[in-house]
Amino acid sequence: MIQARAIHKHFGALHVLRGVDLAVAERELVFVIGPSGSGKSTLLRCLNRLEEPSSGSIVIDGIDLLDKRTDINRVRQRIGMVFQSFNLYPHMTALGNVTLAVRKVGGKSRAEADAIGLAALERVGLADRADHHPAQLSGGQQQRVAIARAVALEPRVMLFDEPTSALDPELVGGVLKVMRELRESGMTMVVVSHEMGFARSAADRVIFMADGAIVEQGTPEAVFGAPVEARTRAFIGQIQRHA
Amino acid sequence: MIETFLNLDILRAAWPVLLHGLGITLLLSAMTIPLGLGAGLGLALLSTVRTRWVRWPLIAYVDLFRAFPPLVLLILLYAGLPFAGIEMGGFGCVAVGFFLNTGAYYGEVLRAGIESVPAGHSEAARATGLSRLQTLIWVVLPQAIRNVAPDLLSNTLEVVKLTSLASVVAIPELLFQSRQAQALTYNPTPLVAASVIYFVVLWPLVRLLSRLEHRAIAGRR
Repeated sequence: MIQARAIHKHFGALHVLRGVDLAVAERELVFVIGPSGSGKSTLLRCLNRLEEPSSGSIVIDGIDLLDKRTDINRVRQRIGMVFQSFNLYPHMTALGNVTLAVRKVGGKSRAEADAIGLAALERVGLADRADHHPAQLSGGQQQRVAIARAVALEPRVMLFDEPTSALDPELVGGVLKVMRELRESGMTMVVVSHEMGFARSAADRVIFMADGAIVEQGTPEAVFGAPVEARTRAFIGQIQRHA
Repeated sequence: MIETFLNLDILRAAWPVLLHGLGITLLLSAMTIPLGLGAGLGLALLSTVRTRWVRWPLIAYVDLFRAFPPLVLLILLYAGLPFAGIEMGGFGCVAVGFFLNTGAYYGEVLRAGIESVPAGHSEAARATGLSRLQTLIWVVLPQAIRNVAPDLLSNTLEVVKLTSLASVVAIPELLFQSRQAQALTYNPTPLVAASVIYFVVLWPLVRLLSRLEHRAIAGRR
């Protein structure tokens, strides 16, 4: 589903991604961990070209993402993204948030889009909040609306950039539950997060990144249980102490 | 005293002239506000372009017309340009002058509004496949305008007041008409009346502005 090869990214003098290769199979859930500044978010943002890689190649669902002829706005509909800070549009209702791209990019009529949007909100358990504005929703509910906004476009891949990091602890569960259901429906997912419990129970593969490169990867049991690299061990030790 | 400043006979005689002036003032406002807003929106959108070939001329433009007294600009257009063979007439000069001057102010207000919208909202919109323009229209501008609504309204108030400058290029707006009436009657009553008319017309807008400002402060929490 995703083939990214030799991705480099420079921010001025800063070399944030140093030749990352990432292949994700259909229906696979890849979980990315690593210290802050390791480049994991940048990698994720390269996968829908919110960041332009300095070099390398990315093919998603058979489409060359970095080809100048590729209509990036079309491709992005197939790649859902969920952000740490939700980024809902505050001047629109939950349903408005979910249906905007369905109407403007998908070209659906308002009635069609509303039906699709309500179905998406139903999936995240918030159909009864369709008319609420983001300010009237809890952080967890906002993030679930953000997931619905991506899901409504029927993406082939979903990217999650620390989806629960900005949430109060008691609200994390609801978001993870929605993510788990997405996974069970067969969605291909790349998740950058520190939720180890979720990784253990839902991830097919865990990738540990540091200093702009993939240091180690494997099943959750292998990476969490018996990490080979010293840096991986140190990092996992650290987060487990705080978990 | 009252005979001098509030002479009812003179007021009655001057009233139709003043009303006509008010009509022209409102007409000028209806012309200059959209012009200024349009220019401002164009400038604000240009300011989102990050290349220096757009940035520097833009900064120069905004600086120039914010530093340039609008009265001087108007007189320059009206009395200076004819020497270069360009005669635009009073209305033309006001249109061009206000386009240049208030456009720069509206541009700065709208630019601040656009910058007040978190970048994450645009990113989220782009990530769903919205184009840059669609993102601007549906996500950024509605929030930007709401965030700077008090400043937009305050600027608009200024524009309405500035239309009195048009009197120097012989446009028969409210101030010009009251000056004429004053000269004809040798009495300041028309001027007093014009002041009252300005106040009565603008005061509701000032009240509205206050309410918007209070709401904005309350909204920030």
